[in-house]
Amino acid sequence: MKEDKGPTSGCDHITASSTPATGEGGRTGDWRVLYPVISRDGCVVAKTGKPMCYMCWMFCPEGVISKTVPPEINLEYCKGCGICAEECPSKAITMVQESGE
Amino acid sequence: MSIEKKGDCMTCAEKVLIMTGNHAAAYAVKLCDVQVISAYPITPQSPVVEKLMEFVESGEMKAEYVAVESEHSAITVCISASVVGARVFTASCANGLALMHEMLHWAAGTRLPIVMAIPNRAVAAPWNILNDQQDSISQRDTGWMQIYCRNNQEILDTVIQAYRIAETVMAPVMVCYDGYVLSHTLMPVNMPDEKLVREYLPPYRPHTVLDPKSPRNINPVTLADPRMNAEGVLCHGYMELRSLLQKSLLGSVSVVAEAGREFGRIFGREYGIYDSYRTEDADLLMVSIGSLASEAMDTVDNMRAAGMKIGVMHLRLYRPFPAEVIAKAVRETGCRGVAVLEKNVSYGYEGAVCSDLKAALFDHGVDVFAHSYILGLGGRNVSVSDIEEALNRSYGYLEKKGPDRIKGQEWINCRV
Amino acid sequence: MKKLTAVTMPDKEYMLPGNRSCVGCGLSIAYRHGLKALGDSVILTVPASCLTVLQGMYPVSSMLVPCLNTAFETTAASAAGIRAGLDALGKRDVTVVGWAGDGGTSDIGIQALSGAAERNTDFIYICYDNEGYMNTGTQRSGSTPYGAVTSTCPSGKLEHKKDMPMIMAAHNIPYVATVSPSYPIDLYEKFTTAKHMKGTRYLHLLIPCPPGWGYDPRYTVKIGRMAVLCGMFDLYEIINGKLSFYGPSLRIATGEPREPVEAYIRAQNRYRDVSMEVVEMLQEWVDKKWESYKKMGYCETD
Repeated sequence: MKEDKGPTSGCDHITASSTPATGEGGRTGDWRVLYPVISRDGCVVAKTGKPMCYMCWMFCPEGVISKTVPPEINLEYCKGCGICAEECPSKAITMVQESGE
Repeated sequence: MSIEKKGDCMTCAEKVLIMTGNHAAAYAVKLCDVQVISAYPITPQSPVVEKLMEFVESGEMKAEYVAVESEHSAITVCISASVVGARVFTASCANGLALMHEMLHWAAGTRLPIVMAIPNRAVAAPWNILNDQQDSISQRDTGWMQIYCRNNQEILDTVIQAYRIAETVMAPVMVCYDGYVLSHTLMPVNMPDEKLVREYLPPYRPHTVLDPKSPRNINPVTLADPRMNAEGVLCHGYMELRSLLQKSLLGSVSVVAEAGREFGRIFGREYGIYDSYRTEDADLLMVSIGSLASEAMDTVDNMRAAGMKIGVMHLRLYRPFPAEVIAKAVRETGCRGVAVLEKNVSYGYEGAVCSDLKAALFDHGVDVFAHSYILGLGGRNVSVSDIEEALNRSYGYLEKKGPDRIKGQEWINCRV
Repeated sequence: MKKLTAVTMPDKEYMLPGNRSCVGCGLSIAYRHGLKALGDSVILTVPASCLTVLQGMYPVSSMLVPCLNTAFETTAASAAGIRAGLDALGKRDVTVVGWAGDGGTSDIGIQALSGAAERNTDFIYICYDNEGYMNTGTQRSGSTPYGAVTSTCPSGKLEHKKDMPMIMAAHNIPYVATVSPSYPIDLYEKFTTAKHMKGTRYLHLLIPCPPGWGYDPRYTVKIGRMAVLCGMFDLYEIINGKLSFYGPSLRIATGEPREPVEAYIRAQNRYRDVSMEVVEMLQEWVDKKWESYKKMGYCETD
């Protein structure tokens, strides 16, 4: 993390005005206690190789699951809520304990 | 009601209309091509916005008029419309202005050039709908500029200047004038040519626009300390943004002066930071804001005739407080004392203008006394003899030195 | 038109990952899909709320839509100002959206909202109702349900919640709808319907809140679903005065039995201390509400 010292002379704002960027709140994957693992044998997209279902994508509060074949989870930002595991109709997602530091 | 009469302007072909101070404000808003108006009715402000609604409904003025359910919403509408890029106007006073208080901070903090007309009125409790200046003075710490007017011509001219000032400084401006005394009193007013107003006042160009094409988040939570953006630029903390507002306001005295000079060049009526009447060689200076300063001119004539060397200074610009300019002006008169007569009080101390003036004089080493007189609250009539009474009292202190010249604040024509 | 499913919903995300919303936040699900439905030509205005936190701290934001943050009670007035400003500048195609919490809507913001609705201001108002001041640490609001514990009603609230969507319906605005993040397709469709209408449109979202309601974050969608299935929260829309139920609420309206409220109550720690009498009272409240729907003729199908 860069030190935020020194003057703000590079900033021409006279009013607080933000511009968008991923990870505004940092690497939110660090909040996680459990992380999701998609089973290739259980997930219908992985099994059939066809885009379908995507309940995990739809219910993810973070938008970190891709609508790809197979779906992938961006663990850098996944907060580990477990909603995907709970909502997966084929129970193909399991929540696994993060290994301690 | 406006009665047209033949113009007699020396410098340009201006029409002269007879109108109230409220209508003078409304005509100025029309001349400035304001795009969004939002207001809530309150006595004595209502004729300003009624007139504007008339202009909008008749098609004389192309603007959106939002008839909101409160003053709080009126100023909010102005803030949001201004962020989108529209030139906006509102008017209020007294309790309505007090209700706006929270959003006045938002307007200044967002650096929006909103102009608000304020026909000054007493603040409840108890209810009172008549004139004093407690309402706008109570808002002096919100980051808004405040300019006070002495007559209806000044109201019209000052509203036009206010947009130029606000859009240069990027800070909101209150144009204050005494309720009823000016708001409801008919006076002849020269009507500037609209083409010349457009020359004087270029279209509003916002500094930060809310536009789907560049998705910005304006006024989010801002930390105490600076923070890096995604490009690695260290951006302001809350304190830097507030300091930038303060710097702009402190630097805006010259902007107000320039706007007044340029107005004079184009329209033949020049405006400054303050106005003075018979202040040269004065021993005692009466200082005031608003119509009281013009009413005092007759009093001063009488007192001068009686051999008392008294002059009047009207502080046109109250926020930012033009400390250096005023201290210099007071010093140059060579006076030994100042009597500040005002229709407001900072409860628990004295008149607000007096405190500010004292600080300015002290800082700039001007060794004169300054006495605070409170009068005319809640519409209490201010007679020539009231002004004379105050000035006579301070005049008696002119020969006093050191602590003897200190005198607590005093209420004139108050029966308790 | 192709039926909307998770597969056919648009891929473009307007809410960016790595934001500050709580783990398992119901608002995030609604915000994500709501923004998808609203699309590119939109300006938001947001008061003090959880959404302020989600949208991020200066100078970085977590969404690809412009937003003006505004004071707690001013959402609708702020939207009215944006609308007026855009109209004055000839930008009539931009959709203006106010997005506030239940405190910002049913308590401190109701005056400005009622005013804007009475003027039929052309904008969409979204109330995300997590039934309390969750962002300030779980205090009671006018939208907190009977029996729920908050930090300002530590023994459980003794009053029922305001029926905010019906208050808005009483303003005779063109569109009122209730939405749950547990039904994202319905959510997306209602946002889309609202987007294509003019005048004041009001969407009321019941948003399960893991820290505020007291349940494991993984159950957010389930809890939201339970609220609908037991009839505590009903999915409907009112277009020009005509109410139509959706999905599970439609099935209830047409005779399918409701789940008992007790299971919903017992799944949340905020109701931890409620007695059986309170459960019965809440059940009675739900029963009466559905009776009144019937009396109003809302349950008759065409």
